[in-house]
Amino acid sequence: MQVKEYKPLIVAFCCNWCSYAGADLAGNNRLNYPAEVKIIRVPCSCRVNPMFILRAFQRGADGVILCGCHPGDCHYTSGNYFTRRRMAMLFSMLDFLGIERERTRVEWVSAAEGAKFAATMTEFAEQVAALGENKRLEDLRCKK
Amino acid sequence: MQRIGVFVCWCGSNIAGTVDVAAVADALKNEPGVVFSTDYQYMCSQAGQDLIVSSVKEYSLTGLVICSCSPRMHEVTFRKTAAAAGLNPYMVEIANIREQCSWVHKEMPIGTEKAIILGKAAVAKVNLNAPLTPGESPVTKRALVIGGGIAGIQTALDIADAGFPVDIVEKKPTIGGKMAQLDKTFPTLDCAACILTPKMVDVAQHENVRIFSYSEVTDVKGFIGNFDVTIKKNARYVNEDICTGCGDCVTKCPQKKVPNEFNLGMDNRSAIYIPFAQAVPKVATIDPAHCTMLKTGKCGVCSKVCKAKAIDYTQKDEYITEKYGAIVVATGFDPISMDKFDEFAYSQSPDVITSLEFERLTNAAGPTAGKLLRPSDGEHPQKIVFVQCVGSRCDSCSEKGKEYCSKICCMYTAKHAMLTRDKYPDTEVYVFYIDVRTPGKNFDEFYRRAVEEYGVHYIKGMVGKVTPEGKKLMVRASDLLDGKQLNIDADLVVLAAAIEPDKSARSLATMLTASMDTNDFFTEAHPKLRPVESPTAGVFLSGTCQGPKDIPETVSQAGAAAAKVIGLLAKDKLKGNPCVASSDELMCNGCSSCEKVCPYGAITYEDKEFRMPDRTTRIRRVASVNPAVCQGCGCCTVACPSGAMDLRGFMNEQIMAEVDAICK
Amino acid sequence: MQKITKEQLTEKAVSLLRDGTVTHVLGWSAGEFDYDITPAVFSDEASLRKSFVWNDFCGANFSKYLVSKTRGIEGKLLVFLKPCDTYSFNQLLTEHRFDREKVYAIGIPCEGMADIDKVKAICGDGISSVNCDGEKLLVQSIYEDAPISVSPSDVLAERCVNCKSKKHVAYDELMGEDGDVLDSARFDEVSRIEAMSPDERFLFWQNELSRCIRCNACRDACPACTCEVCVFNNPRSGVENKSPANNFEEQMFHIIRAFHVAGRCTDCGECSRVCPQNIPLHLLNRKFIKEMNECYGEYQAGETVGSKSPLTDYTLEDLEPGEVFDRGDINA
Repeated sequence: MQVKEYKPLIVAFCCNWCSYAGADLAGNNRLNYPAEVKIIRVPCSCRVNPMFILRAFQRGADGVILCGCHPGDCHYTSGNYFTRRRMAMLFSMLDFLGIERERTRVEWVSAAEGAKFAATMTEFAEQVAALGENKRLEDLRCKK
Repeated sequence: MQRIGVFVCWCGSNIAGTVDVAAVADALKNEPGVVFSTDYQYMCSQAGQDLIVSSVKEYSLTGLVICSCSPRMHEVTFRKTAAAAGLNPYMVEIANIREQCSWVHKEMPIGTEKAIILGKAAVAKVNLNAPLTPGESPVTKRALVIGGGIAGIQTALDIADAGFPVDIVEKKPTIGGKMAQLDKTFPTLDCAACILTPKMVDVAQHENVRIFSYSEVTDVKGFIGNFDVTIKKNARYVNEDICTGCGDCVTKCPQKKVPNEFNLGMDNRSAIYIPFAQAVPKVATIDPAHCTMLKTGKCGVCSKVCKAKAIDYTQKDEYITEKYGAIVVATGFDPISMDKFDEFAYSQSPDVITSLEFERLTNAAGPTAGKLLRPSDGEHPQKIVFVQCVGSRCDSCSEKGKEYCSKICCMYTAKHAMLTRDKYPDTEVYVFYIDVRTPGKNFDEFYRRAVEEYGVHYIKGMVGKVTPEGKKLMVRASDLLDGKQLNIDADLVVLAAAIEPDKSARSLATMLTASMDTNDFFTEAHPKLRPVESPTAGVFLSGTCQGPKDIPETVSQAGAAAAKVIGLLAKDKLKGNPCVASSDELMCNGCSSCEKVCPYGAITYEDKEFRMPDRTTRIRRVASVNPAVCQGCGCCTVACPSGAMDLRGFMNEQIMAEVDAICK
Repeated sequence: MQKITKEQLTEKAVSLLRDGTVTHVLGWSAGEFDYDITPAVFSDEASLRKSFVWNDFCGANFSKYLVSKTRGIEGKLLVFLKPCDTYSFNQLLTEHRFDREKVYAIGIPCEGMADIDKVKAICGDGISSVNCDGEKLLVQSIYEDAPISVSPSDVLAERCVNCKSKKHVAYDELMGEDGDVLDSARFDEVSRIEAMSPDERFLFWQNELSRCIRCNACRDACPACTCEVCVFNNPRSGVENKSPANNFEEQMFHIIRAFHVAGRCTDCGECSRVCPQNIPLHLLNRKFIKEMNECYGEYQAGETVGSKSPLTDYTLEDLEPGEVFDRGDINA
């Protein structure tokens, strides 16, 4: 059997107005970042239900990152403030349960920060890769 | 079950260069629901769109997945294509395989693999898409312009000319704004008053325009097409409708020691005043902070001399509520305070002035009747030093100034220097600059004339310190090109102070739920493609409230904002965004969690009767979302404990399906 | 060991039924064993006198029952509330879950409830009855002739050892004396787990959560879990999972449940009380409470009606999720 090089699977939730646009800008500027990062577009970071994050881990994601507008710049004025509290609490609960805290992150990326988006994703992918596969929350029956 | 068509775009070589588009189309063929899959060179082209339309017909497609550039680019295009093919426009999902795939990954196998996964996620989502129909709301055919400077005046005039009623709210007693204070305008040197005051008269006399001067907006409710705005008309203690603006009260008022803000405090006015001769509306206003009658109840001179009987000391602030379809913000700018710039001795010497003060000093209607005289002793200055970028282009860690370029200072400084040399050829004029920025029509020619024809000494370098010594101001500066230290004994120092948004902007932005950048400039909906719209639907931006601008730019933006407003008001009904929250009544607990996080107040509660399985009825409190007010952020969906609240177009199920597709 | 007696409560209920103040009484009735108490609704004097029970095992938090039991009745429902129950009472009012007008609430003092597992640990199995002589619990076992005398403080339930408040925050009438909010050590166990390494924490929780048999008792007893349709029963929620078919319980169920009640949980401890597998579920909720107290300021759900939970509120200066972790490091 051929041993494949381990590549982490990373789900990135990006808000439509800032971070998704920031990811597009990274593309416009041809800034590379690992292909393991797959982006899901949401209207606002506050749309991300903790259940989505748990679901991603359950289905085998190795890391989940949530990107939104910088505090104060939310397109919907206050969405990311709620995100900040919800995710702080969710992540600290995951940490409490012994899930490596390095697998989760919230990052504020504006529509102008293509470089920050690419750098963040590269760095996060490396960080998750260093931890290896997520076994603690993965439902093995979902694995093919 | 959906019948999904997958269309993979090459985007020339933009996508096809790093993604094997045929392999993507082939791989997605076997996804659940997919009945047709193909690739094409330019999906957004007419031929590409025709391909989509004909495929919809041929394969009876119910949903489309377009693997192409970012949805921010062409989602709208492909939705229209879907509509043209007879599909609901919201049955389209875009897999972003250009910006977020082919452009960021260099190797073909990697790019292809990722494109397939992104395609699968889009297919998984479309499988759960439901046709969405935008709600409709009526449009109030009246616009509100906040701010009566040149930006507001131009916007109001253009909207009014198109036949829609417009109200201008101006917090000062007169419209005209900063431009009314200027002497001449660059690069043509026409007199500001000569081009502005006719416009002020036009707007005042326009049948479609109402001006609320000395007024401010205190509350904004509602949404695009249906704003409810409360305007506070401050008491001016003069009946506007009767006052003829004759000025008798102004001349007779015994309290004449009030610093005149129109001349930036360089002379005094009376307690009852008309800001300047061409003020619109030309009515007197009593300054309650200085009026003896209002403060002590003793005086009443103005009332006695007023033949029109317009003075009313009992006048109260008045609140008016009006409905508007669109709101234009034109709140303008102010020069920054010079308090933090002690090195230029602004607070120590009256002969250190800002450029706006210089405008007043050279203005025929100004405190010196247009003669350039030193504020300290009224003598003609022989040597003038202009300092550019005072508070502009500061580095980010500096707390004194602004990081941005104020844009207009290079040009007005060239104008000031040139006009000085023109009127007083015996005056020596120095300009210290970091760079001279002249990108504009006839701007560089103008600046070069100042140097070449008028002999203004332009010196690259910053002024380090200004020290008052006797009647002189010792200016210590460096000449970067010559590498020398300079000491100039100037008679007058003029500081090109940075400009910042008006102080009222921040609270206004909160009322409008419009976003601002860190400098308190209003943010546009898109920096390139939607520069005059705020991200909040129905709120438009005109002039320097959005960023530093000169007059021609302001006027063009004002016109552009007006065009957008006219486009909006011309519609009878507005189609809303159908991607809004909605609550499943059967699951709703009525717990109010959603209401607490909604930034728009879109959620209300009602007691509803439900028929139970045992044929009894039960009254329960349930949430209901006003789709015209909801902007679709989805915050409520997460706050909802029961999962009753969901967001159309971004349903829980849809997002989880995407997660599953990616994690498979 | 309870200061108020069954007779006092019965007489009170009877008199309120007689004068028409209430038409129904929510109280306790005996189950198969003395320690196996069942909530019950009484509507006449005879059944009250016959079946009403009040002893050291009357731990059930009645607030949740108000959601269903006030529906469809004509008059008012009398409910007896221990101090900790009154917090849930207020929280449910905040969430508009029952009609306050339909309830007549009597606050009763509570000296803490006994934990039958602790009793069994001392007296062994086969307990046939538990009585109280005013100070000690007299435990009769089928294997012994004479009852074993147990000090109530030795068998006090964990949540009562760490009682957060003896003060009633809501009532129409109070019987006995009101107490104070206590300075409890309820977060000590959370801190102890926080101080473990991530691997130790993972093992700790795997060991606990893997015992879950998904009986749903925690959810069914929880006064914060009053959803019309539970997300775990809803096929469209994406987390529908009705039976213990996989490792969902270890991984997802309890995290989702804890997050669902975060900011709304009053820390009444019903989840752990009813858990047949003795999983310390209350620790998950307490972790959230502790975290929110530390990050966003002290907040006690249900202390007042209409308060905003930390998760439906924000300030401009809130900690970033990363900073919350860093703060954790300082504690560790």
